[in-house]
Amino acid sequence: MAIASRAARQAKLHRDRPGLLAWFWLVVVAGYFILPLIAMGMFSFWAGGSNYNFSAYVALFQDGDMWRSLTLSLRLAVETIVITQVLLIPTVLFVSLRAPKLRLVLEMISNMPFVVPAIVLVAGLSALYRGPSWFVSSPEFMIPGYVILALPYTYRALDVGVQALDVKTLTQAGLSLGASWTQIFLRVIIPNLRSAIIGSTLLMLAIVLGEFTFANVLLFNTFAVYINYIGQTSGTEAAALSLFSFLFTWLAMLGIMITGAKRGGR
Amino acid sequence: MADSHLPASAALPGGASDGHYPEKPAVRRRQGLASLIPWFFIALFFLFITAFLILPSITVLLGAFFENGAPTLKFVRQIFGRHYLHAYIVTTELAALTALIATVAGLVTAHIVQMRGTPQWVRTGITSFSGVAANFAGVPLAFAFISTLGTLGMVTVWLKVIGIDIYSQGFSLFTFTGLTITYLYFQVPLMVIVITPAVQGMRKEWREACDNLGGSSFTYWRRIGIPILTPPTLAGFILLFGNAFASYATPYALTSGLIPLVPTEIGNLLSGNVMAAPQLGQALALGMIVVMGLAMLLYWLLQKWASKWR
Repeated sequence: MAIASRAARQAKLHRDRPGLLAWFWLVVVAGYFILPLIAMGMFSFWAGGSNYNFSAYVALFQDGDMWRSLTLSLRLAVETIVITQVLLIPTVLFVSLRAPKLRLVLEMISNMPFVVPAIVLVAGLSALYRGPSWFVSSPEFMIPGYVILALPYTYRALDVGVQALDVKTLTQAGLSLGASWTQIFLRVIIPNLRSAIIGSTLLMLAIVLGEFTFANVLLFNTFAVYINYIGQTSGTEAAALSLFSFLFTWLAMLGIMITGAKRGGR
Repeated sequence: MADSHLPASAALPGGASDGHYPEKPAVRRRQGLASLIPWFFIALFFLFITAFLILPSITVLLGAFFENGAPTLKFVRQIFGRHYLHAYIVTTELAALTALIATVAGLVTAHIVQMRGTPQWVRTGITSFSGVAANFAGVPLAFAFISTLGTLGMVTVWLKVIGIDIYSQGFSLFTFTGLTITYLYFQVPLMVIVITPAVQGMRKEWREACDNLGGSSFTYWRRIGIPILTPPTLAGFILLFGNAFASYATPYALTSGLIPLVPTEIGNLLSGNVMAAPQLGQALALGMIVVMGLAMLLYWLLQKWASKWR
């Protein structure tokens, strides 16, 4: 932004720096945000009285239920990611290429999950689909809902990626050079969308791993449901897993920022 | 919407040839059947959305008005009964209070962060932390606060050591106050994220123009700063309100649904914790769609209003 950098050069014109009060405010805010993280970290090592050790972590590591719930959540996340990308990448791409008028519709749809929150969506899904039982009673029943829940974020990430490309020129260049649609898709479009795809994938991974509403209502033992369950008997183990969740969210966001920044640098 | 890139006819499979690109007919012939592929994927997506978003929403909307196939207002009337009306009121209060505090706190923080004298590491730190914390909700967040301010939480214990027993003085994390404190952990960062573009958009030139015309700092804020920041701030408040109103995991994990909130009440009705009454659950969900729909409509209108200034 040209304006911002010019303004930055004129910075000395104004005494535009945080005063004592502003610093005090920042310290208070930082305290509020850092304290729970420190407390959670310390609590996860607490072993009664004034003893601190790794017992909560050891117990978790040896707990088969923890691994089962984590594997289930990871499996659901991978399946959600695959389905979303297969559905969404071609749609976003072809809409911008062939039917730009539909973009408005897509944007509206992608904002609908804000109006229909998870708890409402699960009410609708479970009222609408009562069978077949192999579908309704398997955890995979939640995947369509997960795809929808993540849609506002995945759609935005992919749409920004596609809009930044000149898909039309790329496709036409490819076609006139004799490439097939499949070749154009796999060799030209997908590599150019890499950072958008990685970003939306990481977002979905974080969303599905943390998702609690669907699984708790439908009584499936996913990772977040397990954290809540273990918290009833062992607060320290729940704190350890919560810390893991926080670090995981943090890593996912870091990954998104790094891939995003790389794209900008090219 | 005028669309200069694609004539309307080309939006149909095998549409008429296109005057803008003379070389295109040849390309199109080579494609053959392949030109249907885009429409296959677009149709698939809309089919998916219809099956798993639109139809379930309609089911909720209609289900609230039927019992065994006969139309009834029983369930909608029930949500105006004392218990569920109370849940709506408490949820609204919680959402409005946390949104209000977070709007002010987020705005102040974003303003300080965007000041030119603020060190770069503070700016990067707060901006990137906001991205993480705004997404750190649900069960893990609940346990973070149980570790901090729960009965055995670190801060509770530390305060006890220096002679302050907050629980004997009436504080409890598992109450409305506790929920408020916990919600702020994702509400404030969300506001920082939402309002930062607007704060960044405050042009240096406006401040200079005001100074050159003899305006004081007070004049600047009264005549320029506040009027321009009002629409995006209100939009942020609405978004935060909706965000808190729809939260299920955080209050459930924190209070096990003991404080009646609309989302946890719906969850209880669905999973059969109380007498299973899916239609009542749908009626509550209908009320929630109304609230969220209104909030999003307002948000959208405010965004449009705000964009006039950019």
